[in-house]
Amino acid sequence: MSEKEIHIEVHRDDEASKLGMWLFIFTELLLFGGLFLVYTVFRAEYPQNFHEGSLELSVTIGAINTIALLFSSMTVAMALSAIQKNNRKLAMRLIAVTLLMALIFLFNKYIEWSMKFEHGLYPGSPLMPHLGRGDLMFFSLYFFMTGLHALHIIVGMVLLTMCFFKIKNGTLNYQKYIHLENGALYWHLVDLIWIFLFPLLYLIT
Amino acid sequence: MANNVSHITDYKVLARVVLILMSLTLLTIFVTSFHLGAFSVTVALLIAGVKAFFILTYFMHLKYESLLLRLLVTMIFVLYAVIILITFIDYAYR
Repeated sequence: MSEKEIHIEVHRDDEASKLGMWLFIFTELLLFGGLFLVYTVFRAEYPQNFHEGSLELSVTIGAINTIALLFSSMTVAMALSAIQKNNRKLAMRLIAVTLLMALIFLFNKYIEWSMKFEHGLYPGSPLMPHLGRGDLMFFSLYFFMTGLHALHIIVGMVLLTMCFFKIKNGTLNYQKYIHLENGALYWHLVDLIWIFLFPLLYLIT
Repeated sequence: MANNVSHITDYKVLARVVLILMSLTLLTIFVTSFHLGAFSVTVALLIAGVKAFFILTYFMHLKYESLLLRLLVTMIFVLYAVIILITFIDYAYR
């Protein structure tokens, strides 16, 4: 009996895992923070080009994506509450809804980018060097920031998919849910960044 | 495994927060649709700040975290504000 207990005793420090995740989130915030700074400086330098540039973006698609991300943030937070209450089925369903919202986001992004590509606007296109410096900066920043953000969406989807299967095989449960907690923190970060990207790129004209 | 008794956020609280966040999004779209220049920028960023606060407090459950973590998160935003300030002083007096 006592031997068994020794085998079960595995070192685990959830508090430290969470702190580690937060430290990583800080680096992510500063990464995007740097990009926001570049955006702000060039916006101050070329206000007219940035005004015209943002009019080219679809507010409707941006708004749908904002709603989808906010909703997905809620479902992933609910999934964490569900697993804490030992409701595995509900937790898995809520993660599935979160992933579905993420797919809707990426699909809209695909539509949005395709529309730009059709007009010859994409990084490295023959048209880009003929734009003025202000337009070039706006669209370069647009593609870089939304692209990096979309990459974060994909990473978040991978993390949450892993959580989904861990709940399924029981390694993630009501006593050990730090992976979902950290995965959810990452997902909220993605949402947090979008909250600033959306008004800066789409709304402020 | 200290602090194993963690706070479980109620579904209703999360649903209420998301409703607030969505309303604020619609408000931002409404306000910026008038194209009021600097005013739009200020309002949009202020609302974004409020939304970020709600996400950090409730979704990222900082409300129930240790003082250390809350201070760390606050410091990061203070640090970023300082970076913005220094950059702008640099640009203004170049």
